[in-house]
This record gives sequence, structure tokens and C-alpha cells, in this order.
Amino acid sequence: MGAYVLRRLVQAVPLLWLISLVVFLLLHVIPGGPMAAYENNPDMTAEDLHRLEHDLGLDAPLHVQYVRWLAALVHGDWGYSLASKRPVLVEIGDRLPNTVYLMGVATLVTLLLAIPIGIFSAVRQYSTLDHVVTTVAFMGHSIPIFWFGLILIIVFHVMLRNPLSGAPLFPGGGMYTLGMPFSLLDRLHHLVLPVGMLAVANAATYTRYTRASMLEVIGQDYIRTARAKGTPEPLVIWKHGLKNAATPVVTILALDLPALFAGAVFTETMFSWPGMGRLFIESAFRVDYALLMAIIMVTAALTVAFNLLADVTYAVLDPRIRYG
Amino acid sequence: MDSGVGGRGSGVRTSTALVVDRTPDTQPLTPSSRVRPQTMAGLAWWRFTRHRMAVAGLLVVAVLGAASTLASWVSPYDPDKPDLQLQLRAPSPVHLLGTDDLGRDLLTRILYGGRISLSIGVLAMTLAVLMGTAVGAAAGYYGGAIDNLLMRFTDLMLSIPALFLLILLILVLRSFPLPFLRGGVLAIVLAIALLSWMTVARLVRAAFLSLKEQVFVEAARALGVGNGRIIIRHILPNAASPIIVAATLRVASSIITESGLSFLGFGVQPPTPTWGNMLKNAQDQMITAPWTAIFPGLFIFVTVIAINYVGDGLRDALDPRHLR
Repeated sequence: MGAYVLRRLVQAVPLLWLISLVVFLLLHVIPGGPMAAYENNPDMTAEDLHRLEHDLGLDAPLHVQYVRWLAALVHGDWGYSLASKRPVLVEIGDRLPNTVYLMGVATLVTLLLAIPIGIFSAVRQYSTLDHVVTTVAFMGHSIPIFWFGLILIIVFHVMLRNPLSGAPLFPGGGMYTLGMPFSLLDRLHHLVLPVGMLAVANAATYTRYTRASMLEVIGQDYIRTARAKGTPEPLVIWKHGLKNAATPVVTILALDLPALFAGAVFTETMFSWPGMGRLFIESAFRVDYALLMAIIMVTAALTVAFNLLADVTYAVLDPRIRYG
Repeated sequence: MDSGVGGRGSGVRTSTALVVDRTPDTQPLTPSSRVRPQTMAGLAWWRFTRHRMAVAGLLVVAVLGAASTLASWVSPYDPDKPDLQLQLRAPSPVHLLGTDDLGRDLLTRILYGGRISLSIGVLAMTLAVLMGTAVGAAAGYYGGAIDNLLMRFTDLMLSIPALFLLILLILVLRSFPLPFLRGGVLAIVLAIALLSWMTVARLVRAAFLSLKEQVFVEAARALGVGNGRIIIRHILPNAASPIIVAATLRVASSIITESGLSFLGFGVQPPTPTWGNMLKNAQDQMITAPWTAIFPGLFIFVTVIAINYVGDGLRDALDPRHLR
């Protein structure tokens, strides 16, 4: 296993390098960039512009710029944000935990919804409950997540009010009430809508996976064996069944990380959540090179890491799988 | 099997190819009193019509497509002309779905927006399927180094968070003066297609890997048929079923992607209406005029569900394992 993990890590290096190359080239085709901010400044003469360009190394050939950038990156110097002038790593360090926090809670809720519902649905295949679950999951799978978020805001922030204070039932944005000392209740209150938006939409997909996976497991010999030796039915389902059915679901979850990130982009944008997704959107509007490069590299690295984690988890949870 | 697996042809009409006449007594009895058709396409259509939701979905898509195409006849209103006397009117018999912040009839704009959203869905799907089929066919048919190279590239594309790359690509494509189609439609189509061919490529490759070992391919080769012709005329028609299903689902996901991009502000630019940018616009008024947010999203939702059900029905209809 150790050798396998090591080999995968070594394979990840050229992959990340290729991604950096592709993204670097793409970014350099986009108009705007470091000099755009000065181009319309009447105080800057053409000479000033040239001198600045030279000082910043922007007149060097593209491959030289790339090598310089890569070298700096390896040495931990990821450059500065054009907008905030702060180091890119500091910006990301500020935002990444918020995204991890949001996605972590949302993923937990997703699994807590999807796995039991999927299993119930599979155990009672073709029952009314199963039909309802399948239909709702099919719809949830088709719902545009940003529209679902808007509906949540309209219903739970605009229409429904707290009967005691008359304030909106749930806050429509932010991570906590500004100017208030830390309070767990306030944090949770702010989590409800964004997590609800992510979890419900994702749970639909994972309910489908769980159901399919459980249906396959129920047909297996070891389930028949468990029943034959007189194991109580709940134990058959929730111990023998769940263990085997949940494994692929958890794995798919890890593989799905890019899609989950996309969901978080919408959630963060709509709920003014100070995370990586929103940072990316803001940077894209400003064509904030260093920040865009860094965000993509970080998310790509996370994706690669989670893919590996998925494979390793799979092997650990399912002893039938061996990696050489 | 011939290329007629497109689900065309009516249920009862037995058309040209394949099955020659059978004596009535071998005709299987069907639940309905209808005669089961004897061509591949006829059979597929017959099975498709068993799937009620799929038929309903097809109907919904047809109606929406027709209404959007004929928007200028269906609606008496101008989609772009503001009327400041009519700002943000609630739905009424005159304006069935109300009006937006500039007093434009919402339903009219949704129908015109449908033109763009649906065309983007279909165009992006077509390009993605063409690219995916080309890559998958080459990789599966030739194998070896070509396969390795193409599939590693496919993996690379799959491991970059798609939404981030999509936004970068759109910024890049927008900087070129792409001809025709207003509001940057072509850039969106290209970007979506460039980031969604991978699943099709994997699917086609898998189909080609097994099909190229079949005797009919060997026969064709023995007759001196060239590689290109074998790929296109002999193998591809046999791989049509999974491609058709994937293509259908791809239309739905392209529509979601387009609306998501427009919602974030990177899609088609106003005043050209699309369902996505109408939703974005509605964000500012959803407290006073929730209908401006609810209806455009509802159209996306219904369209996507309908197309997904059609895809579901097609899968049941075309999957040879369902042959009875």
C-alpha cells in the first residue's frame, strides 16, 4: 500500500505541472492583467508603462515568465493579489478554511440524508416510499442548484419570519452576525440555508447512488448467509448491508470533489460566504492573475489528493481490493 | 443493427431494414393489443412509449422548443423594449408571469431566452459528442500509445475543477472577436463543449474496445475496408445507443451549465435574455418581485427534468439488455 500511495503521488506531479502550464497559457491570452490597471491612467506615460512592464518582468518571453513563476511557486512565493496587494497565500489561507467548513458540514448532512434514505428506498424496492424517493431524487438531481438557493432565500429569509422578533427566519448571507461575539448558535443559524442548499441538491444524487449500491448488495450471497443464520433483519441491513453499500458512495463523494466545489461557488456567491469559490469569481472579474492561478492549483491539488484518498479508503474499507 | 437506432419511426409501422416477415403465430403477445414492431427503430420506439415519464418529457421539450422558436408569434410583446409604466407587475391575465424590472413581459423574455438556452444546450452537446466520439473512437480503435495519450489527456481534463476552467476559457474566448450569435453565445458553446466531451470519450472508447474484436470488423478488414471506413460505417452505428443516451443527458447538463455561468455573470450578456441571466437579474428584486426569480428557474428545472426523463426512457429503450 505504501508503495502504491508513493507511486500515485509521483504520478500527480506531472499532472499538476501540466495543469499549471495550461492555466498559465490560458491566463496570458486573456486581455487585462497586471498592466491593465495603469493603461487608462493619464499620469502614466508610455515610457512609464514600459519601465513598469520591464521592472515587473512582463516584457520577458512567455516561457521565461512561466519558468520564473514556477520557480517562485516551488519556493513558496505565490505572488501578490492585484486587487488587495496581499500575498496570494495569505488570501487563500483566509478563505480556504471557510470553504472547508461549509463543504464539510454540507457533506456530512448530505451523507446523513442520502445514506439512510437510499437504504430505506432500496430495502422497500418498488414500494410507494421507494417511488416517492426515486422521483424526488430524480428531480433533485435535475434542479439547478442556484435556483434552489434562490427559492430557499425567498421562502426562509423573505417570506417566513421569526414569530417572536419578526426578523427573517434565517439569515440570507454571511457566516455570522457582524459585530457580535462568537456564538455557536449564531454560527449554526447562518449555516442552515447555505448548507441546506448544498446538502439537499447533493443528497438527491447520493440517494440514487446509495439505492443502486444497496440493491446490488442485497442480492449478494453474504446477505443471504446472514439471513440464513438467523441474524435479525435490521442488523442484516444496517450492519452487513450498510457497510458494503456505503463504501462506493463515500468513494464517489471523494471523486466528485470538483463538482462539489462548483456547488460551493454558487452557494458562496449567493450567501456572501467568504470562501475560495467567491474569491475565484471576484478574481475572475478582475483577472487577478496570481490569485486565479493559485486557486486553480490549490483546488487541482486537492482534487488529486482526494482522488488518491478515495482509492486508498476504498482499499481499506473493502479488503477484496488490492493495489499492487 | 444499422444506424436506424435513433428511435425514429412510429410504433406500428414496420419500415425497411432487418427483420423479414414473421408468421403471425410467432408474434409475441404484448400487454397492449398493439402489434409489436419488428425493426430495431420500431422496437426502440415501442419500448420508449412504455416509459410514461419519458413520453411526457418528450412532449414538454417539444412544446417548449416550439413555443421558443415561434416566440414572436406566440407572444404579443417585445422581449427587449422597456416599459417603465409596467415595472415589476405581479402575474396577471395580461402578463401571465408578471413583468421584470424594466417592465418587460416575463413570459415573453423566458420564451426568447429559451431560444438561446435550448440552442446552447443542443449546440454544446453536438460539439461535445463529436469531440468525445472522435477521441473515444481513435483511442478505442487504435489502442496502444494513441489510446494511452488520449486517455491520459482525458483524465487531465477531468481532474481540473471544471467550473474554474470553464470561466477562464470563457474569458479567453471572449477576447477573440467570434463571428455571429450575439451576447457571446458562441464562446459559451465552445467553452462548455471543450469541457464536457470527456465522459462521451470514455463511453465511446469502451464500446469500441469490445466492438473492434467482433467478427464483422474482422470481416470488413478482410475485405480490405480502410480503418476510417470501419470506424465510421461499421463500428460507430453499433455504438450508437450509449452515445444517443449520453448526448440527451448532455443537453440537459449543458443547459444547467449555461444558466449557471450566466447566473454568475460569465454567460450570455444582457440584454440578450437567457434563463440564467434572467435569474441573475432577478436576484436584486427577489424580495419585492419573487416571480422574476421563480419562473425563469422553473423553466430551467422543468426542461432539465424533461430531458433527463427522455434520456432515461432512451436508455431503457436502446439498452440491448432490455430486449425481451
